[in-house]
Amino acid sequence: MSDSNGTSGNGFDPKTASYLDSIEVVEVQRGPEPGGVGGAYRAFGETLRGLKTTMARLIEGPLTIEYPEEKTPVYPRFRGRHKLHKFEDTGLEKCVGCSLCAAACPADCIRVVAAENIPGDRVSAGERYAAVYEINLSRCIFCGYCEIACPFDAITMGHDYEMADYDRGDLIFTKEMLLAESIERTPLKSEGE
Amino acid sequence: MLPIADTQFVEATWIMVVKSIVIFAVIFGILPILTVVERKLIGRFQHRYGPNRVGPFGLLQPLADVGKLISKEGFRPANAVPALYVLGPLLPVLSGVLALAILPWGNVKDGVGFYGIDVPIGILYFFAVGSIAFYGLLLGGWSAGSKYSLLGAMRSAAQLISYEVSMGLALLGVVMMAGSLSLVDIVEAQGQVWYIVPQVVGFLIFMLAGFAETNRTPFDMPEADAELVQGFMTEYGGMRFGSFLLVEYMEILVVSGIAAAMFLGGWMGPGPGWLDPIWMLVKMIGLVLVFIWVRATLPRLRYDQLMTLGWKILLPLATLNVLVTAVLVVTT
Repeated sequence: MSDSNGTSGNGFDPKTASYLDSIEVVEVQRGPEPGGVGGAYRAFGETLRGLKTTMARLIEGPLTIEYPEEKTPVYPRFRGRHKLHKFEDTGLEKCVGCSLCAAACPADCIRVVAAENIPGDRVSAGERYAAVYEINLSRCIFCGYCEIACPFDAITMGHDYEMADYDRGDLIFTKEMLLAESIERTPLKSEGE
Repeated sequence: MLPIADTQFVEATWIMVVKSIVIFAVIFGILPILTVVERKLIGRFQHRYGPNRVGPFGLLQPLADVGKLISKEGFRPANAVPALYVLGPLLPVLSGVLALAILPWGNVKDGVGFYGIDVPIGILYFFAVGSIAFYGLLLGGWSAGSKYSLLGAMRSAAQLISYEVSMGLALLGVVMMAGSLSLVDIVEAQGQVWYIVPQVVGFLIFMLAGFAETNRTPFDMPEADAELVQGFMTEYGGMRFGSFLLVEYMEILVVSGIAAAMFLGGWMGPGPGWLDPIWMLVKMIGLVLVFIWVRATLPRLRYDQLMTLGWKILLPLATLNVLVTAVLVVTT
């Protein structure tokens, strides 16, 4: 590397050789040759250093999270399984069956069939309600676009991620399942964690 | 009854039988626990838990493992030599069990010696029966008819001749200081100071050679799971494989026991006389933990490094140790 700013013997103009100048010269340091009494002494010392390192790991204790019993806390904005919401005071569904979520869904996994509200037996707060609301979780990519598209905050992403099942059909979540009060099985990370 | 060896102290036959049963029960009770302890400790050394699913703290894990191994088919490769193939795993077990006999657990109390047998040639007996184990590895490796097994067996042979000499020389210093080959006499001679203090070089050489003797990292060349797929054990399955594995732990116990008796004062320790076997056991287990600690730390040496260490460093060092000890013993 030393001849890059000195003699231009290899055809480089030193004034334009900015690339070569920008490289930090890495000097290869070779350790002493192995073998002999010195080598044995060094090997012994390094062995003791290694033993110290592993003993320190033993004292620190395991870092394992024993998953099924112990769960990793998720962040508050973690996008898990969807939830549908009701108004807390009236008990009416927030969803009005506008299908904007289905339109926004890139994976095309939401199916909404809307129906008119009957005045004496209202289901939702709006003019119409979702007669069918299905999310096919085997297709869902958990992007959260449905949550953003919803004008009434009727659908949000929850924190649950344990959705494995034995049958693909069981992964199609109906409105009742999405509305049901979900058991919070996933711990949340506390503030600043 | 014809004596097996020339013993200094002869007991009634029924006492011998009871002693053998007790030693078997204790050692074979420790062995399975040792496998769990090793796996759990190796885990802790690597920031994980190790087995903890079977039983409380994973203590029933060896039961599950052995149950699996026993219920497996006794498979034998088509081009194996049947008789030798079966003999392979049996010889190391024999050697380990025979070596247990001379471990001293205490001196003679109420007419009962707290050891299997006190042979005057003590240490020579250990070397003699200890070397039988390598016949098992060699026969097993050769008779299995696989190139990996053969390579593993050849490596064990080379390792044996490189380390057995240094191991013997390392113990020679202690033998000269105590003036006896009998392990009971050697422990008795350590009343003043444990031999690890004057013989620290011998102790280190003995432990290093012990790692090689028991095929443990950093000298697990005969097994070398990464390159030789368990070496001489490649073609073994079921309980034959299991006995190879289990006997490795027995050899660790035996080597630790010899080291504890020769260098760490054996059964010597504070407290009443009945604590003697406990002290011996504590020292043994302590050395076994060192074995595990080293396994968790060091990588496997290359073949030429192994040979270099054995012939160029350990052997001259052990010889020097013997010479210096001899001069000191004669002059003082």
